[in-house]
Amino acid sequence: MEIIEKVFSKNGLVFAFLVVGVIMLGAYWVSKNILRNKIPGVAIAIIVALVLAFFGNKKGIADISLFGGMALLGGSMLRDFSVVSTAMGADFDKIKQAGLAGTISLFVGVFFSFFLGVVLAVALGYTDAVSLATIGAGACTYIVGPVTGSALGASSEVIAISIATGVVKVIVTTIGTPIIAKSIKLDNPHSAVVFGGLLGTTSGVAAGLAATDPKLVPYGALTATFYTGLGCLLCPSIFYYALKLFMV
Amino acid sequence: MTIYGVALLAFCFLVGKLIGNALGVSIGVNGDVGGVGFAMILLIFSNGYLKKKGWLAAPTENGILFWTSMYIPIVVAMSATQNVKAALSGGPVAIVVGVVVSVVGFLLVPLISKIGKNDYEHN
Repeated sequence: MEIIEKVFSKNGLVFAFLVVGVIMLGAYWVSKNILRNKIPGVAIAIIVALVLAFFGNKKGIADISLFGGMALLGGSMLRDFSVVSTAMGADFDKIKQAGLAGTISLFVGVFFSFFLGVVLAVALGYTDAVSLATIGAGACTYIVGPVTGSALGASSEVIAISIATGVVKVIVTTIGTPIIAKSIKLDNPHSAVVFGGLLGTTSGVAAGLAATDPKLVPYGALTATFYTGLGCLLCPSIFYYALKLFMV
Repeated sequence: MTIYGVALLAFCFLVGKLIGNALGVSIGVNGDVGGVGFAMILLIFSNGYLKKKGWLAAPTENGILFWTSMYIPIVVAMSATQNVKAALSGGPVAIVVGVVVSVVGFLLVPLISKIGKNDYEHN
């Protein structure tokens, strides 16, 4: 038993390949044989993975040392590396045509997420501008939240809530995208570019589009990658000052 | 050789990240602004250029396509390493804000997609 654990955790990345392979094998089997392809295998695999994440804490299942390699396989380095590789299947003309809509969607996405988050936080009883801005920033992504919070000096409790808000967004985007894709006409590169800019949460956009149609991934990822940076730029500065003007 | 493709991907990735981080510093955000996006554009252009020149052999291309095919497994691993507990224990604020913002985001997609869509269809 001890030897098994030693070998598996020492070769964490390799073990992670095996774990993910088994999850996907099972998910695709269930999708094909039990659900008759009504829910894509990718979506099931992602939901199973999210459930597994419950067994850990901050780093999900990777908190269990045996599964430590999952953090490397699912970390930002390999994620971004593989996201960039999807550009091989992207058509630059289509990106260019969606350029304007993509840029507008980025600004609209950050703006509406922040202020909608603020309005909801007011409705739920928050009153001070710093907490409101931090929660609003968390409604952008789970990185914009803590970056804004620490820049403005928010309490650690509020920062935790802003991170949680961002993670909820990832999960809702991941599970919701394949369900709602048809009714919002998310079936072509143009709307995928807009989708990436509006939702902006790289992990959620990436996972949601993968479960909907892997061909759309590069288009959504392209705009989503600018979102967090734009949010970190706007939320603690212009948006916070605009919010303070409203409060007085 | 396969490694040529992987190396080309690594080159685009790193240059893109460098641009993203330099942009981040220059606008006062300590982080990566659009690094993945710059890397993707770089890869699209080098792919087109090398193909035109006939320098992109099949094994080279496979070095990149392998990583494309690893994308979904990586997303599954990423999902398994999310802080799901915090998302649910953050209380009603986190859940309400997270859910409403995502759903409104979905609903805005068809609206903003209309921009530039007409010349797209004409072409």
